[in-house]
Amino acid sequence: MARQGILVDRPYERLTGEQVQLIHQSSMDILRDPGLISFNKEAVEVLDGHGAVIESVAGDHRSWKVSLPEQVVVEALKSAPRTVKLGARNPDNTVVMHGDEPKVYLITGSETNIWLDVDFPTYVHKSDPAREIKVPEFKPRRGTVEDLCQSARVCEHLEMVDGFIRNVNIQDRDITEQNKDVNKYFASLNNNTKHFMSGLTSLDQLDNVVRMAELIAGGEKALEDNPIISFITCLVKSPLQLVQDTTDTFIAVCRRGLPVAVSSSPQAGTTAPIKEAGIMAQINAEVLAGITLGQLVKPGTPVLYGSVPVRARMDTLNDSYGAIETSQYNIDCVQMARFYGIPNYSTSGVCDSKIPGQQSSVERLFSDIVVAMAGPQYLHCAFGLLDCNSVFCLLQAVLDDAHFRMIEFLLRQPRIDQAEMEVVLKQIRTVAATPQKLYINYIRPVLRSGELSGIYPFEGSGEADQVFELAHERMQELLAMPVEHIDRETTARIFEEVPGILPRLNVYEREN
Amino acid sequence: MSKDTIAAIKENVIQGRKTQEDVGIDDTLAGTPGVMELMEQALEDNISPQSIITEGLTAGMEVVGEKFSSKEYFIPDMLASAEAVGAAMDVLKPVLEKAKVETKGRFAIATVKGDIHDIGKNIVAILLKGAGYEVHDLGIDVPAEKIVEFVREEKPGYLGLSALLTTTMTEMGVVIGALKESSLRNSVKVLIGGAAVSDEFAREIGADAYCADAFSAVRALDSYQKAS
Ligand code: B12
Repeated sequence: MARQGILVDRPYERLTGEQVQLIHQSSMDILRDPGLISFNKEAVEVLDGHGAVIESVAGDHRSWKVSLPEQVVVEALKSAPRTVKLGARNPDNTVVMHGDEPKVYLITGSETNIWLDVDFPTYVHKSDPAREIKVPEFKPRRGTVEDLCQSARVCEHLEMVDGFIRNVNIQDRDITEQNKDVNKYFASLNNNTKHFMSGLTSLDQLDNVVRMAELIAGGEKALEDNPIISFITCLVKSPLQLVQDTTDTFIAVCRRGLPVAVSSSPQAGTTAPIKEAGIMAQINAEVLAGITLGQLVKPGTPVLYGSVPVRARMDTLNDSYGAIETSQYNIDCVQMARFYGIPNYSTSGVCDSKIPGQQSSVERLFSDIVVAMAGPQYLHCAFGLLDCNSVFCLLQAVLDDAHFRMIEFLLRQPRIDQAEMEVVLKQIRTVAATPQKLYINYIRPVLRSGELSGIYPFEGSGEADQVFELAHERMQELLAMPVEHIDRETTARIFEEVPGILPRLNVYEREN
Repeated sequence: MSKDTIAAIKENVIQGRKTQEDVGIDDTLAGTPGVMELMEQALEDNISPQSIITEGLTAGMEVVGEKFSSKEYFIPDMLASAEAVGAAMDVLKPVLEKAKVETKGRFAIATVKGDIHDIGKNIVAILLKGAGYEVHDLGIDVPAEKIVEFVREEKPGYLGLSALLTTTMTEMGVVIGALKESSLRNSVKVLIGGAAVSDEFAREIGADAYCADAFSAVRALDSYQKAS
């Protein structure tokens, strides 16, 4: 058993075949000239051995100019798997993605610094004290490991969430750069049985993290068959630079053969051309460079074509996920990844808005619907994220889940075939012969079959907008639901073998 | 035995199964007797029409009403149950007449002249029939004279008028005026409904009640029953 995903039978595409070819060819040109600047020596050595042209920049032996001939990229792409399996602690939550199949899986993300609490204080009307309303109040604070546990728990129960990317940056006093990785992995894996993806804070924790995953999966071989964890690495810094440390991490992860998303996040206007043609040619070149490196390190390494293109905000030059072009770039990237047959990691739903509200709803739905329609396999759809990925709010995540249920419905294929048509023709003839001329009797067989979409799930009873209150009730229900933790014995072994996990995360110790 | 049949009638009303072909809510019931088949059985067994109505049909409809209020049921469920009850009442009609038992009353309903909207009117008709009233549907675009004639000839205790257009709602006042002229106004309670009209408008034209939906129509008529 695996998760179903949402099959988008006829994906929405913006680019013509010629435009796809043109982007591809231009990316190849870019990789040759100007090529990349690599700040990572190992990457340079790997690429050098496979036909890239290397030139030391300013002779400092810390950065190199790398010119990648088209042939090197084309050859490397051949070994990138078309099918990538992301395992899960509960095998029913496995995600299997095919690069040529537009089936969408919905994933949380990213690492936010701020956790937004929500409360509903009552306000009294000044001139008519009998009139009261509840107004949501959002209070930001720094995220903690307990918050990450809560988020993982709620995301376990959000039905539309297919996989979990750690979405809270844990900033407790006792979290250090050294113990951060093991704690975020443990907090997430222990409270969520879906696939888990994260970036690494320090490369020297890779062994510990992988060991933890092996213990949970049931050994080294078991982890290979059921890769319950995967990594995301932004090894390319736009424009066209291979970063020192993340590239180290990327190479190390590839050597392990665990799935990894090669992501690039250029910003149109600042780190990429403001023109669509420019950002597309560049991001495609950047992602292909990463995939090429990964395949040269270990042919067959499961990779995702990770595209996080955004447009710059003109008032601040920050990322603007709310910009409509951001969705257009993402849709284009989905199409490019499909052209190469490699599963795509795309982004939707991130918004500029700082708190849940009308702006956040419009911004996120605007991109959620259209990017999902493009058929990316692995959609980082920002459950709960606000303020361009820097804020996480559980209430928003609950709303997003409900909205994705609606999007899933929207993407259903039409049920029109001969058999169906015969049934309805019979209904039409029958009803035409009755005095009342109503089809209402035929509603009932489909009323509870799941064939009809529901009304908005957080609609209030009166005229007042009760969306937040009702979603908050739902959030409390989800928080109260139990999750299946890692079993006692495995937990004990993890605490024994993996150093640095905070004792308070051990649910079995807490019981005593 | 008779208890079982009555209980089964009630259950099938709740399920909205008029005949054995109907699926109902709980699909395990498909193929088992529905309200119509059970009615036959009940009459064969000489169960009194009163028990059938109060303990079977009405008791079932009450549960349906509760389920609707608690949002477990939707309008199509309610209508299916009401239709089953309405069909059962048709079967009982000759029996009741023979036994000189009175129905809850006669209700005539029409969409007024110039207006062809009838979805709401039909729903009101189905539901009132299901609530035990004898319903006469005069149709759509019905001129005042025709309505007056029906009231004179058939003497319904209740008259329902439906209008959805601001241009046709005035026709309701015309009907009431014509009833007055024919000295029939006091013989019949007039209920009005439809998107165009309101409580205020009902008072203005001298109607007895405005009903926002079919359920308030049932409530209004039932309240007249109690009062009389
Ligand atoms: C469906 C519909 C139609 C359908 C009707 C199909 C049919 N078989 O009835 C069609 C497409 C044919 C139609 C035509 C027109 N329509 Co039209 N129609 C509607 C619509 C969208 C829904 C009505 C409906 O069926 N609702 C569902 C039912 C279940 O609700 P209901 O009718 O309100 O009934 C409930 C209660 O009101 C109450 N009730 C109703 N009647 C009665 C009677 C009694 C006795 C009681 C107790 C209770 C009761 O109980 C019912 C059940 O709960 C309304 C919009 C609206 N807000 O109502 C416009 C509406 C009524 N239509 C409108 C218009 C303008 C027209 C047309 C003139 C359009 C045109 N330019 O051709 C024509 C009119 C033709 C004519 N001469 O009548 C306008 C009227 C505006 C106005 N000026 O008043 C409306 C309000 C839409 C709008 N906002 O513009 N229409």
